[in-house]
Amino acid sequence: MAITLTDAAAEHVVKFIENRAKGEALRLGVKTNGCSGMAYVLEFADKTEENDEIFEDKGVRILVDPKSLIYIDGTELDYGREGLNEGFKFNNPNVKDSCGCGESFNV
Amino acid sequence: MALLQISEPGQSSAPHQHKLAVGIDLGTTNSLIATVRSGLAETIADENGQHLLPSVVQFLPDTLSDNENTYQTEVGHQAKTNAVNDPLNTIISVKRYMGRGLDDIAEHSVYRFIEEEGSVVPRIHTAAGNVSAVEVSAEILKKLKIQACNALGGELTGVVITVPAYFDDAQRQATKDAAKLAGLNVLRLINEPTAAAVAYGLDTGNEGIHVIYDLGGGTFDISILKLSKGIFEVLSTAGNTSLGGDDFDQVIAHWMMSEAQITDPDAALQRQVLDCARQAKENLSSQDCTSIHIELPADKNWHSELSLQQFEKMLNALVRKTLVSCRRALRDADIETSDIQDVVMVGGSTRVPLVRQMVGEFFSLEPLVNIDPDKVVAIGAARQADVLVGNKTDEDMLLLDITPLSLGLETMGGLTEKVIHRNTTIPVARAQEFTTFKDGQTAMAIHVVQGERELISDCRSLARFELRGIPPMVAGAARIRVTFQIDADGLLSVSAREETSGVESSIQVKPSFGLSDNEIETMLKDSFSHAQDDIDARKLREEQVEAKRVVEALNSALAEDAQKLLSTDEAAEIRQCIDELIQVAQGADQRAIKLKIEQVDKASAEFAQRRMDASINTALAGHSVDDIS
Repeated sequence: MAITLTDAAAEHVVKFIENRAKGEALRLGVKTNGCSGMAYVLEFADKTEENDEIFEDKGVRILVDPKSLIYIDGTELDYGREGLNEGFKFNNPNVKDSCGCGESFNV
Repeated sequence: MALLQISEPGQSSAPHQHKLAVGIDLGTTNSLIATVRSGLAETIADENGQHLLPSVVQFLPDTLSDNENTYQTEVGHQAKTNAVNDPLNTIISVKRYMGRGLDDIAEHSVYRFIEEEGSVVPRIHTAAGNVSAVEVSAEILKKLKIQACNALGGELTGVVITVPAYFDDAQRQATKDAAKLAGLNVLRLINEPTAAAVAYGLDTGNEGIHVIYDLGGGTFDISILKLSKGIFEVLSTAGNTSLGGDDFDQVIAHWMMSEAQITDPDAALQRQVLDCARQAKENLSSQDCTSIHIELPADKNWHSELSLQQFEKMLNALVRKTLVSCRRALRDADIETSDIQDVVMVGGSTRVPLVRQMVGEFFSLEPLVNIDPDKVVAIGAARQADVLVGNKTDEDMLLLDITPLSLGLETMGGLTEKVIHRNTTIPVARAQEFTTFKDGQTAMAIHVVQGERELISDCRSLARFELRGIPPMVAGAARIRVTFQIDADGLLSVSAREETSGVESSIQVKPSFGLSDNEIETMLKDSFSHAQDDIDARKLREEQVEAKRVVEALNSALAEDAQKLLSTDEAAEIRQCIDELIQVAQGADQRAIKLKIEQVDKASAEFAQRRMDASINTALAGHSVDDIS
């Protein structure tokens, strides 16, 4: 299993990292949030933590801490548009059900 | 699903917003204000390009209004100049009086202190009325605030103010009060030596012992700090509250007066000699020799030269005095000079080459001097303020005070729910909503734990308390908001509140106490190596909790409607299923429990359907179709 990106996501990540002029990786993860759910973490990464799993796809380095990986392994990061809003989406095969807005989910 | 954006490291929950934050060095002699702009920390100059604001406030007779609470004041350079002619209404070095009672204040103070009835705070009698040290400090802060607002073009979100490491609670509180009076939102007070260390970035990585040598205008402080795991601990402080650059000036002035045979100078001449002495001192920081020129009455001018060598001979005894304090601080901290990693120079007087040289020899280290020693404390405070308002853009920047381990509470099934995650900078407050598990549940036990593991039994228990008086409701209807709050002193308070009824309960705990660094490290390592176990354990527990919930719900439904809606056989069949589920749920096979829950679901589907029909029938009884559509 691995973490992958769609073309659209990769294109935007590369652009955003370039614009930031610092850091060279993207961090994906989860944190517990709400009564039983998890919320996604999507951040720039300036350094690799000792226990990080590192993935590379379409020229983007992706860091995931080992605890998070269990919840999001196999995820494809997509970039899309909804109305006027645009941003990233986690296509996570581990998700069994998620709340209405999709920000918190269950495995 | 929702669309996400990439956040700065560690910022994923909060939207990134730039907020104006400043650091203030509220000094005995001079004060400064600094901010971080485009990642660069710098002090803010006033409209005349001056960075240093003399901590001098002159109170003028109030001719404009009768309101007791407004003063006419002059703050800074003008006040300092006026001090010569208006010494009793011009307050210098007010910091020395902060948080002090009348008894603590040296009797030889020039000001007329008055103890007002019903107040323990001594007040200084001035032309504008009686003012407390807090009010005087507030005037300085107000001036700095205006300076910053003008330069940054907006209101300040928050400030960090520095205080000496030896300041006690009363002195710190007085400083906070002064800021409040000046309309500033204090994010935190930090120790001056800590701020200096932060300015040099010693907080990023350099674990070890750092010495901060602070020789200001009128005071000398030496602080020994130990940085470990991103937290500065003050090991010891020492110093001399009446030793500083002003004494250097005095020594030169004394020499000049004896050389020029001035015996009885008036105030103006005294001023001139002192100014001359200061100029000579400053010149000798970069030159080997300086010329001195004094205008005496009756055109009898005096002219001379002072060499660096002569100057250093005069200063030797004074600098030696500071080293005595250094030795004492080392002894108090129980360390050797060889344990020390860095010596940071703070205060304008550390520009004097002899000071640098003697300090360097004493500690056998090249002192750090690249940041302007007058500005270094304010710059450190600004960097800290920037972090505290949430403008942190660099993951490895400051971790001054942090929670070393996650804090959370116990949920059903012995699982941990983290509320404040580890490495969160404090102070911090986080809230989460929980609900009841059983119908009619009127109390909730709240168990506060610390640690990274998923199961409560693997974390450290900190405190337990109960929230009582929850109004009886069906399971899941109550909204209980649990708030975790850690203040700047590391004190954790947890409160729980049932939102519909407003009942509340709370407890205070000290989170990081009793855990050694090793224990913290072990707890962290465990959480990584046991990640998969924890997930399995969590899944099992969650399934067990779900099974229990299904049983509870079915039992209460059966109790209510079994007789009405089910035949004896049907009821028995469902009860049989429930019993089996209870049996399986006690085992450790998560899949088996899941399957059993599905079976129970199926077995009770018809019953659920009938209950639904029955309640719809009840709701519809007596209504015509038109009422509903």
